Amino acid sequence: MKALVKPLGFCVALILAFGSVTYMLPQIKGEAPKEEEVIVGALTMDSFIAMGEKLYHGKGTCTLCHNKLGRAPDLLTYNVVQVSLEQIADPRYQGKAVDAEGYLLESMLQPSAYVVKGFGKKGTNDRESPMPAVDKPPIQLSEVAIVAIVAYLQKKDGNPVTVALPTAAPEPDKIDETAEAKPALPQNPEEVIAKYGCAACHSIQKTQSVIGPSLNDVGKRLEIDQIRASIIDPKAEIASGFPPIMPEFPAMTITELEMIVQFLAKQTEVQP
Amino acid sequence: MHSIWRFLLPVVMVAVIGFGSGLFPSTTMAASGTAEQHSAAINSDGAEHESIAASLPAPKLKRSDYPNIGTSSRAIVWVIAQMHLFFGALVLAVPIFVLVIELIGFKTNDDRYDDMAHEFMKVSLTAYAITALFGGTLALSLFLLYPQFMSYMMQAFGSQVLVYAVLFFLESILLYIYYYGWNALRYGNRKWVHLTLGLLLNGVGTTLLVVANSWSTFMMAPSGIDPATGAVTGSIWEIMKGPLWNPLNLHRFIANIAFGGAVVGAYAAFKFLAARTQAEKAHYDWMGYTSNFIAILAFLPLPFAGYWLMAEIYAYSQQMGILAMGGILAWLFVIQAVLICTILMAGNYYLWTGMARTEGGERYRWFTKYIAVVLVLGFLVWVTPHNVIYTTSEIARLGGGNHPVLGPLGIMPAKNIAVFLMLIVTFLSFQLYRRADKVITVAWQDWGNALMITIYVVAIANVIFAGIYYGYFTNTVYKVGSSVIQVMSTVVVIVSGVVIDTLMFKGAKTLPVFWGKVTDRSQYALFALPIAFTWLMALMGYIRSSVRTHWHVYAVMEDKSPDNFIPPLATVGNMVTGITLLFLVFVLFIFWIANLSGTKQVPPAREGDSTLAEGAQ
Repeated sequence: MKALVKPLGFCVALILAFGSVTYMLPQIKGEAPKEEEVIVGALTMDSFIAMGEKLYHGKGTCTLCHNKLGRAPDLLTYNVVQVSLEQIADPRYQGKAVDAEGYLLESMLQPSAYVVKGFGKKGTNDRESPMPAVDKPPIQLSEVAIVAIVAYLQKKDGNPVTVALPTAAPEPDKIDETAEAKPALPQNPEEVIAKYGCAACHSIQKTQSVIGPSLNDVGKRLEIDQIRASIIDPKAEIASGFPPIMPEFPAMTITELEMIVQFLAKQTEVQP
Repeated sequence: MHSIWRFLLPVVMVAVIGFGSGLFPSTTMAASGTAEQHSAAINSDGAEHESIAASLPAPKLKRSDYPNIGTSSRAIVWVIAQMHLFFGALVLAVPIFVLVIELIGFKTNDDRYDDMAHEFMKVSLTAYAITALFGGTLALSLFLLYPQFMSYMMQAFGSQVLVYAVLFFLESILLYIYYYGWNALRYGNRKWVHLTLGLLLNGVGTTLLVVANSWSTFMMAPSGIDPATGAVTGSIWEIMKGPLWNPLNLHRFIANIAFGGAVVGAYAAFKFLAARTQAEKAHYDWMGYTSNFIAILAFLPLPFAGYWLMAEIYAYSQQMGILAMGGILAWLFVIQAVLICTILMAGNYYLWTGMARTEGGERYRWFTKYIAVVLVLGFLVWVTPHNVIYTTSEIARLGGGNHPVLGPLGIMPAKNIAVFLMLIVTFLSFQLYRRADKVITVAWQDWGNALMITIYVVAIANVIFAGIYYGYFTNTVYKVGSSVIQVMSTVVVIVSGVVIDTLMFKGAKTLPVFWGKVTDRSQYALFALPIAFTWLMALMGYIRSSVRTHWHVYAVMEDKSPDNFIPPLATVGNMVTGITLLFLVFVLFIFWIANLSGTKQVPPAREGDSTLAEGAQ
């Protein structure tokens, strides 16, 4: 019995000593992600962006890899919108996005559309991304949540937020289906003109309006940079004889801007 | 030659039994799901599988689907499952090294080996009954507390569970015949029959292990199902053979041997301390040495198996891998460092004290202080966290979130250097111990020693250089590459050390070894080993299981129970501590039973005995 007491005491003390180490560590509890009810009608763009930031650091688990440790590009250290456009232009790009918003959405839903060099799955020559699609398990973000993250990523570097505030919450069981139901992006300059209602004030092609100067000969009157500047900041220079009423278009994407600028630069003839 | 065939034949039989399980079709539940559910079940290659028509998707649970018994269901299952795993590991591992010891005894005609192997089995036999009790309780608990989850698992594994039950019966039958038939089948050709039984026992036991492992790995990385719905689409073989199955099989197989060796080592230490005669002390000292040898020998390759498992986890899901190694769970690796360093220090200390058994040990005693320094420094590097939670003023004083000096020691490259150096010096201790009772006589001994020293120096330089260069001066992708060089360097030291020594020991003069001539204090190392192993197994098992986070079956069947969170680390510590204490209680019971079986009551004195005794004088 005596032979047992001392070893037993030693064993118990050792077990308790190991257990005590856990008390010296940070006491963090890893909650399972909770489905937070989003009252879509009550969202403002600021609260939507804040929601995106919270998701980026929380349920989206983005920071698990996108951090300083180099597992994935640290999105917080560079202008994501600007880099997105560069990556769209990269010959290795396999997706269909034409602007940063589309690219960011696509990168979350189809991460292998473009894999940043050095971050692909081992043995795939950077053709396959190790990132899971965020709308699928285990992350399972809703469409609203994914768009909110895009809004946050656009805003964090001071870029214009191009995503639209959600107008109706998708039904929980139809998230996958609705993920594809995002309004289609304009595919040509005519659609951009229609989207931003340019023809309401300007004569352009077959539409006539005298509120603003005609755009049918704008390519003859202005240099391409001046056309671009007048859309980005309409009040910087007001055309003689016209009221300074043209609004800014903060939601216009860079692709849309370039599409319309290139189109207008070619308008050099007065339409009959 | 003929006898070898008799020995090998059962291996083929066991292989047939093991692979036979793959022939069973996967039983699926009756078709009661909706047409949409069935049509959604598409094979991963896009083709519809014929079994989909009879397969249901994984159920989507609500909190109300879980029975409320007034306490944490997870805690109950956690304790029971871990206890079952401890005892299961013990009873599967002990017969493996017992068979090897028995074979050595048979080949060398040394009855001491045979007696020791038989005594090891005595410990294992009592543990077997406890394993079965905890296994049954675990199954009942799971069906009671997680009925929907178990229903899905039954849907996936189907008749494989019956194969498991048949194997369990076989294991029981073979175990009892192997143990109780020991003395009846001890010599001559009968020994071959006994060894064959041992081989069959191990074959069935290992098959049981890998079958049960497939349940765990299916939960972590499901295969043979439709990833979108969880509906079973593959055969039982496809379900079992997930990406993590073989890494876990290897890891558990090796870890079980180390664990089993450590537990029977504690038994030997207990008996050594309780021994009343020098002969008993000598026997149990030798038994303790053998157990420690088994435990440390199995422990040395364990990090490599663990590395493979973790690499496969990363390959399967980077998110899962990072959660384990870089998320909340990563903090638990600080305790892992404490535990593994305890194991290494205890193992080394036992070897150093063991050198006192022979006069030749004095030659190598000077090494120990340098080995101790490496072990302590390695331990300090390993426990250094990458960052801790600082106050604002502390961050301001540090100039950032990481300590300028200690920060670099907190990342994996530094820890890899520490771990591999600790493994190398542990092997050095082992090598010195083996050389302690020998005087080498081969003519080329100086060249042999020079070669061994060169291998050590080059390996240590490789480990340090690869760790620093790839770890700190290249991109993350190449950091993994450094581990390969470090693993290879360590393996080369171990393999070449064994080969060179084996050649150098030819014709060596053997010095007398005085078994039993060790201090009582040395036996505490044999208690520290199983305690650290037990705590470590419970901890690592928890981490492996927790990387699933809030999923019963990862990304397929969500856990909606009230316990679907990762608890704070102190709670984990309390659970693991409690489980280890409970295991200690049961182990004491096993030791007591094993001791009791060898105790004989002195017959009471009968009337007239004293007269006879007096008459005899």
